[in-house]
Amino acid sequence: MTAHERDWDAFVTLTPEGHAHMDLAVEGVTCAACMVEIERGLGAQPGIEKARLNLTSHRLAVDWRDGETSAEQVVSTLSRLGYRAHPFDPAQMRERADATGRELLRSLAVAGFAMMNIMLLSVSVWSGNASGIDTETRDFFHWLSALIALPAAVYAGRPFLRSALSAISARRLNMDVPIVIGVSLALFLSVMQTLQSAHHAYFESAVMLLFFLLIGRYLDHMMRRRTRAFAENIAALKAETAALLRPDGSLREVPLSKVAPGDLIHVRAGERVPLDGRVETGLSEIDQSLVTGETALAAAGPGDVVYAGTLNAAANLTVRVTTASGATLLDEVTRLLEAASQAKSRHVQLADRAASLYSPLVHLAALMTFIGWFVLGGDWQQALVVAISVLIITCPCALGLAVPAVQVVTSGLLFRAGVLLHAGDAVERLAEADTIVFDKTGTLTLAIPDLVNAAEVPVAVRELAGRLALASRHPLAGALARATSASVPVEGARECPGEGVVAELGGRELRLGSAGFCGLPETAARAALASHPGASLILFRDGDAAPVPFAIAQKLRPDAIETVARLRGLGYRLEILSGDRAAPVADIAERLGIADWRAGMKPADKIARIGELAADGARVLMVGDGLNDAPSLAAAHVSMSPVTAVHVAQAAADAVFLGDRLMPVADALCHARRARAAMVQNLWFSTAYNLVAVPFAVAGLVTPLFAALAMSSSSVVVTLNALRLRLDGARSRALPGEGN
Amino acid sequence: MDVLIYLIPVALALGLMGLAGFLWSLKAGQYDDLEGAKYRILEDDDLPDEKDGNDRGG
Repeated sequence: MTAHERDWDAFVTLTPEGHAHMDLAVEGVTCAACMVEIERGLGAQPGIEKARLNLTSHRLAVDWRDGETSAEQVVSTLSRLGYRAHPFDPAQMRERADATGRELLRSLAVAGFAMMNIMLLSVSVWSGNASGIDTETRDFFHWLSALIALPAAVYAGRPFLRSALSAISARRLNMDVPIVIGVSLALFLSVMQTLQSAHHAYFESAVMLLFFLLIGRYLDHMMRRRTRAFAENIAALKAETAALLRPDGSLREVPLSKVAPGDLIHVRAGERVPLDGRVETGLSEIDQSLVTGETALAAAGPGDVVYAGTLNAAANLTVRVTTASGATLLDEVTRLLEAASQAKSRHVQLADRAASLYSPLVHLAALMTFIGWFVLGGDWQQALVVAISVLIITCPCALGLAVPAVQVVTSGLLFRAGVLLHAGDAVERLAEADTIVFDKTGTLTLAIPDLVNAAEVPVAVRELAGRLALASRHPLAGALARATSASVPVEGARECPGEGVVAELGGRELRLGSAGFCGLPETAARAALASHPGASLILFRDGDAAPVPFAIAQKLRPDAIETVARLRGLGYRLEILSGDRAAPVADIAERLGIADWRAGMKPADKIARIGELAADGARVLMVGDGLNDAPSLAAAHVSMSPVTAVHVAQAAADAVFLGDRLMPVADALCHARRARAAMVQNLWFSTAYNLVAVPFAVAGLVTPLFAALAMSSSSVVVTLNALRLRLDGARSRALPGEGN
Repeated sequence: MDVLIYLIPVALALGLMGLAGFLWSLKAGQYDDLEGAKYRILEDDDLPDEKDGNDRGG
């Protein structure tokens, strides 16, 4: 292996105290014992100022005194302890301190404090009203309430005010507009009432409303943040770095953000090409399965273009990083991706749709109440009081919690099922999907190829071939080695780049490599492939014996057949769109029983097909992992990609699923359907609540006590309904043989 | 009812102390890792006495 240093400076920042600081994603942390082991292990190392592992986000923050120890030692200590860690690129680490979450929590705390103290005063006034409180005391209590409520509402109401203002300036109505109007009017009315020494004021209602809504807002934020943090960990652990070849010939490993077009990078055999570029020196084969879906290897030599995400199979390459210029694949993908994201009509979320129906209705009701009372009673002040009480009682307390509460519970369930959501409204869109389009390579199949004809080869030959395969970095050889129990490589094996490996054992020559390298005629190779459509051949020759073919192909995910059957049972229409050749796609489609499949699809073809389906009224869930899938992932109604997907595809997808199984896709759809049902129930409940409460308010019967009870009980009901999903989830998990 | 003149400020001040305490703990990052915190309370490494005792015993 080439020894080259990693450019740690790029990952290290300075703390205000002058210590070096680094954040790392740590793999393999499962429990509290790991946390203690890591912190003790690092703490014992001289020079370490602070090491703290966050068990929620699986991130380690290390501070050390520069000069006494180094980033390199930190990582080597971690790997000695048995944990793989990779530092975060500070350029990609947004929002380490989670400023938004803290602002919401501070607002929540202030609103909670104000609510409880005002309630203390309000309850005294309410009971006093029944037992003859004197006017001075009541006014004093009301002024005191105003003193607490007004600053608290200004402080805690900022998140809503900001969002409402941005909605209005964009000429839209969201849920925050009626919230801000309702709270301001309630406060205004209460001050007026207090000035007139009236019996009732609504300070506690206004603050209570903010308190409940902030809970919903914080839950929503927490869900997004947790998923994003996890996605960032995955990205960091994938170690997207490049080995930069400097003019003096030395290599330095740097984060991708530090590589500029025109730089030379070194790509070792068996590594992924980190950035697009043109080969300068070296002769190798490139596995493009992640990029085009094509499973056959392509040759690459000086002048050839290699794409980020492809696997360098055979030999070391030196690549000059290119800018996005000309008609390269990535350019096309990027262009299609932009077009697809723009063309996708902005999905109107359930809550916003409810808000746009709800606010005109409520404001109209309040206006009618005012006019009615004014015409019938003639007292405009009385009419205003009643009209505002209508607004207070209808303020969307339950509506504000209805959707986030369900989203939080569902994202927790999905998290346990191995699905990470990128977008909060992905739950709604997942539930609406009725057609599922799969990519083949890496999605229906595993990303890593495997030996498929093991049974046809004698064990002794297989094991010997496996030992020879260990000496090679070629992915086909890697697959062969994994499929055998070989652990000791054949001694003295030489790799002939682009051809194979050769070794001497007991006077015989062992060869493992391409058909030509092992002397197998073209026709014989084709015959061997006939029974394994879509496989790639690697041959093994022991001395003068006939070469033995090993067929290496990408295997279906272990539960792909059950998952597809389950999805079909749920009534989804299934289709395969692959960039690979027809033979392997047909083979997979037949085994899965999917009748609609298309092979040799380019990114633009995939988008066109998804467009056709959408034009027919289908809501498409696209599941794909390759660079060529990224535009169609963005174009589809909703999309998912496996965790092994290329960066661009993962960024374009709404959700990422972990592990080798395909079942998370079906689980996610089931959870999403249940979640959507719960959201709709919650919205209907809020509507029903308003239908009951509004007539009371219009009739002028609403007292602050009534408002407080109605608000809190409706919020609790909506939250409980969301938590019910968790019970259902627990029950379905308890059933054995899921998916049969 | 004169008692209210100082009882209410006292009640409010107590509430404000609670609020200030919460805001301080939030700022100090005590809510950053709720998952880890529940295990950290079981850690004994903040008790030097016991460790010394063990050393002597061993």
